[in-house]
Amino acid sequence: MSAVVESWFLILAAIAMLLGGANLFMHHSNLIYNQKPGWGYSALTLAGFLVTLVAGLLKLGVPLTPQFPEYAWAGNFEDQPGVIWWLYEYIIKPSTSTMFALLSFFVASAAFRAFRAKSTEAALLLVTALVVLLGRSYAGTILSAPVGDAYSFAALTDFVIMSVINTSGQRAIVIGIALGVAATSLRILLGMDRSYLGADE
Amino acid sequence: MGSSHLEWLSGTVHSSSGNALRSVWRWLNCSLAMMWVLAICSLPLTAISQASETIALQETPGVPSTTQSDVQFESSSDVVTPSAEMATPPANEAADNPLEDTASKLFSEKRFWSLILVLAVCFSVLICTFRARMGAKVYVRPIAGLKAIEEAVGRATEMGRPVLFVPGIMDLNELQTVAGLSVLSSVAKESAAYENNVHVPTARSLVMTAAREVVQAACIEAGKPDVYNDDSVRYITDEQFAYVAEVCGWTQREKPAACFYMGQFFAESLLLAENGNSVGAIQIAGTAESSQLPFFVASCDYTLLGEELFAASAYLSGEPQQLGSLQGQDLGKALAVTLLLVGCLLITLVQFKELGPYPQIAYDVLYHQILGRD
Repeated sequence: MSAVVESWFLILAAIAMLLGGANLFMHHSNLIYNQKPGWGYSALTLAGFLVTLVAGLLKLGVPLTPQFPEYAWAGNFEDQPGVIWWLYEYIIKPSTSTMFALLSFFVASAAFRAFRAKSTEAALLLVTALVVLLGRSYAGTILSAPVGDAYSFAALTDFVIMSVINTSGQRAIVIGIALGVAATSLRILLGMDRSYLGADE
Repeated sequence: MGSSHLEWLSGTVHSSSGNALRSVWRWLNCSLAMMWVLAICSLPLTAISQASETIALQETPGVPSTTQSDVQFESSSDVVTPSAEMATPPANEAADNPLEDTASKLFSEKRFWSLILVLAVCFSVLICTFRARMGAKVYVRPIAGLKAIEEAVGRATEMGRPVLFVPGIMDLNELQTVAGLSVLSSVAKESAAYENNVHVPTARSLVMTAAREVVQAACIEAGKPDVYNDDSVRYITDEQFAYVAEVCGWTQREKPAACFYMGQFFAESLLLAENGNSVGAIQIAGTAESSQLPFFVASCDYTLLGEELFAASAYLSGEPQQLGSLQGQDLGKALAVTLLLVGCLLITLVQFKELGPYPQIAYDVLYHQILGRD
């Protein structure tokens, strides 16, 4: 049953994809046509969009398959050394990795702000973060060597902070989420909440 | 008939037959009470039944004595057997009766208690909804993040800067996205009232279509239909980090004064929130992804934690029937807390060997059958 619903949703999403593609095309075409600030980026976006679309639809560079050697388009559009494979391997993958790598810098800046002891709660957070940091690094192992493994930062992190405090907090949130999902689903199924459809009445 | 019933449930039809409503309410109340009594009574009864069967098995000549740890629950048919061979029926027995076989496929006995718990929560929500509709007072604690929506949008208008709303990166089949769109309705209404523009970049085409409907309806409801602009709700891309790049770029160029992140987020949560923070925007986030909550808490001014996101639409609508459902949700929480306390008590009692096998059996019933854990 769920597989059938999933299939229908995928069909719907595939049709809606045309809307998305059309929206992207129209929006950037307008920007280029009206020479709005940054229209060069729009041109680049449209070029990328069209190249990928054509390369994918025509399966450019896709090798023949051993099963059907007489049919040029029998291969998978993602097969090596197709154009789509090349685009993915040498453009999308490095770009995605670059964006993801930025996360480490943002984590540092966010942690710097969050761990300032402005209040009692923030001070507690700071101390807990320090213990976890020590528990997860060699510095903690070296510092807690004299007291033994049972009272080390690693043990404190694993058996107290992560297993008890963190897990109990996480589970409380998860129970709340599960109940929230049930109540929201009921509200939607019974038509009490229609705001997501654009109108409350 | 069915649709009218649904309309009546949803409150769009204001029935004049108050007596019928009261009788239905009483009937539902009785059903809920009976279900609670059944759920609570079944626990000790099942435990006693299990205990007596175990003791009987231990006392039966020819049957090897079992220790507490040897007791296995082969199915949730309330039969405790010392070994799998004794509990498992011959393979051809089920095949002989195709009706029984089909029934066993349709109804999983292992999930019986899950059904009871889900029904108890659903009935709680429904009954509290009906009570609220009949005029019962419902107190909902203030949610700071939702109260700050007006302030954030007002500030953005005063500064002459736009509002950014990100409905997560997942599709419309995710409930978090639906909850995010409900909040978008309120944000768009506030923005339209101030004649400000709300920018909604989407990562899914279906979400774009739904968000357009939401924003357009909100503008009409605010009495400012001309504020709506199709270009403000755009499809960017399905690719996670390409979407982030676009939204972060837009944030740096346009410098929105208010940013809302409501929906399902993954690794992009911190990238988006830190970018918003760098341009000095008031940021309000909400997600049920517990792994992303710390990032939002660190970077945003207000964060809706898990269930608060789902409660947002009810809270913002202010309708008694929707607020009533939140009360029903709290009854579900009370049930969860009760089960937790009973579990803690039982696992503590298990340590006292002089109490006999009963605490262990009761704990096993709670853990394996009611909670369905292996």
